[in-house]
Amino acid sequence: MLDFSKNHFELFGLPSSYVIDANQLAERYLELQRVMHPDRYAKGSAQERRLSMQGSIRINEAYETLKDPIHRARYLLSLKGIDMDLQKETTQDAAFLMEQLELREQLAEAPNRPDPYGFISTLMADINRRITSLVGQMAVQFETATPEQLEAAREILRKMQFLQKLRYQAESLESELDEAL
Amino acid sequence: MALLQLTEPGQSAAPHQHRLAAGIDLGTTNSLVASVRSGKAGTLPDDSGQHLLPSVVRYIPDGVIVGEEAKAQAVLDPLNTIVSVKRLLGRGVEDVKTLGSRLPYQFKQQQNTVPRIHTVAGDVTPVEVSAEILKTLNRRAEKSLGGELEGVVITVPAYFDDAQRQATKDAARVAGLRVLRLLNEPTSAAVAYGLDHGSDGIHAIYDLGGGTFDISILRLRRGVFEVLSTGGDSALGGDDFDRLVAEWIMQQAGIDDSADHAMLRRLMRDACSAKETLTTAEVAPLRVDLGNGDYWEGKLTREGFEQLVEALVRKTLVSCRRALRDAGLRPEEIEDVVLVGGSTRVPLVRELVGEFFRTRPLAEIDPDRVVAIGAAVQADVLVGNKSGEEMLLLDVIPLSLGIETMGGLVEKIVPRNTTIPVARAQEFTTFKDGQIAMAIHVLQGERELVSDCRSLAHFELRGIPSMVAGGARIKVTFSVDADGLLGVEAREESSGVKASVVVKPSYGLTDLEIEEMLRDSIDHAAEDLEARGLRERQVEANRTIEALRAALDEDGEVLLDKTEYQAIEEQLDKLIEVSGGSDQQAIKQQIDNLEKACEFYVERRMNASVKKAMAGHSVKDFE
Repeated sequence: MLDFSKNHFELFGLPSSYVIDANQLAERYLELQRVMHPDRYAKGSAQERRLSMQGSIRINEAYETLKDPIHRARYLLSLKGIDMDLQKETTQDAAFLMEQLELREQLAEAPNRPDPYGFISTLMADINRRITSLVGQMAVQFETATPEQLEAAREILRKMQFLQKLRYQAESLESELDEAL
Repeated sequence: MALLQLTEPGQSAAPHQHRLAAGIDLGTTNSLVASVRSGKAGTLPDDSGQHLLPSVVRYIPDGVIVGEEAKAQAVLDPLNTIVSVKRLLGRGVEDVKTLGSRLPYQFKQQQNTVPRIHTVAGDVTPVEVSAEILKTLNRRAEKSLGGELEGVVITVPAYFDDAQRQATKDAARVAGLRVLRLLNEPTSAAVAYGLDHGSDGIHAIYDLGGGTFDISILRLRRGVFEVLSTGGDSALGGDDFDRLVAEWIMQQAGIDDSADHAMLRRLMRDACSAKETLTTAEVAPLRVDLGNGDYWEGKLTREGFEQLVEALVRKTLVSCRRALRDAGLRPEEIEDVVLVGGSTRVPLVRELVGEFFRTRPLAEIDPDRVVAIGAAVQADVLVGNKSGEEMLLLDVIPLSLGIETMGGLVEKIVPRNTTIPVARAQEFTTFKDGQIAMAIHVLQGERELVSDCRSLAHFELRGIPSMVAGGARIKVTFSVDADGLLGVEAREESSGVKASVVVKPSYGLTDLEIEEMLRDSIDHAAEDLEARGLRERQVEANRTIEALRAALDEDGEVLLDKTEYQAIEEQLDKLIEVSGGSDQQAIKQQIDNLEKACEFYVERRMNASVKKAMAGHSVKDFE
């Protein structure tokens, strides 16, 4: 049985910070799953199986959230009282939006290129680079996390969201190409 | 009720008591059973020394024949001999048609979506046919191990969807087996290899069987097998190679499409043996019985064969690329590739897979047996022969899970390659005044349109409290357990009323149908059901008693005060008393009483285990 009142960081015994030691996180995750996973209770009572499944689900959810830099940013902001409605919020940064438009146009062109797979993969590498750069900027905002910095973090998250969506579209396009094979 | 074992790794709570368990590889072409004996996992042979059981079931007027004997007669009695039934498992009548126009059975058309095959022994479902194979393997295991099995681990292709997994579990139920876990085949193979190599790192398991293809990318870290991504095709395998060769022969020999069932079976048999010959030889001679006294003679070269199947092999590489991308890895980051499944004997497969991953694939363990061996190891851990802390398998859901929304679109709820178990909640509302029921259509697949995804089930929520339109807030929780099976729960949030969920599986059997099959099952009819029930209860009671005693000995005095300890002991003594008697109901009742009395103790033990795992790690350490 896990203490469900703990937040994800507390669950793993980690400090609530944006910069996270990925190895340490993975270690803690495995340590917890080792004792909580339903396989440990394959012969257990219905109650044990239910509790271990709930616990294991909780651990998986916490791990998924913390290991991904975009999810982690959103979660950390929510812990600081900033809940974003990502359906409605969008960045107003004109230069960034122009860049997005260009990237999107490039992606739409991909199927007509001589090597569509190569082209998409170059584009994805570019998207990932941009996300990594935003992750760096995000880390700076969370260092002291003043109200102004948290607003800046929120703006960075909106941009990350954009790029994540674009990455997803690139993956979908690649799958469509696969299916056409 | 086995309470958590807090013993140190390697120390079994009761070393003298070895529990019998087995791993079963229920394959398209062949099936196997394996077990751990004296610390070593191995497959179990039948009386004549054969390990592979052909997955062939022949129905005769007064019984069933399974395995080699049935296979030998497949050509003579095609309509009553079911081969490759795994391809039909968890599928609908419509799916079956698209699997190949030349399935040599008579399907019975009817309203029910589960296909029924017409045989001399009556109509049978794929679940029942699979159950016959499981029963045969169970008998073999009980005979060689000398007792009744406490549980089995059955392997399934990683790419099996919920309906196919459920059908596999149903088959085990009809066969009277207790399933400890459905284990993904590539993960199982990784277990078999991991134990041999003990190497931490990232591995790819390429599993091409008779009818299914899986690719899994997993990371092994100190005994934890963490699946990072999986992909595949649950209708692609060696059978398809055979079919292409058979079609080629038909073309060459001028056999037309209207050939009869026996002819088709002969062609498939000849095609398969030519394929096998070409694993080592450059040319396979062919001599096909045309059925009218004449023979067609020809030959197939390896090059010719490779031209026929190359497109299929390349199709598997597309899945490999997608799995790598989902795991966020490049081919060169994979340490090694393990080959599993009989079809990986085809030289072209080895060549192209090696090329793709830029490494020479491993095939040291017999690719036919490796899956069963891994399953046996896992079964041994799950049944409690090892304290189990040294090994853990973390698997993923292979296909995204979604629900139907407006306009025939699918909204994804759990994306593919999410680690299981997992749960996601979604809120719905009513759109009519006084609406008390609601239907949710759950699908599996990656596409956006409902018509392109696989329908799993329609869930009907009933007993929603009557409110004005939009007033009810119904929180529906979709969960996927460690077996990869879907569960749905619904609750109206403002009133806290739990809605009942009625499942209408799109391609599965209802509980009632399964129970009927269990009753009709030949093995059970002969036995006194009452006596069997009593014996099962007694076994369960003994297990409960034994586990609780071990737990109390270990930490009862630490975690319980005197009164609590006594209350539990009192219920325990009562169970010991009734379990010696012959009143089934009383035993069941007392097991329930004991479990209730122990609830808080179970929670305390779980908490203690978490504390122990996290001992020394607290936020303060990092400040």
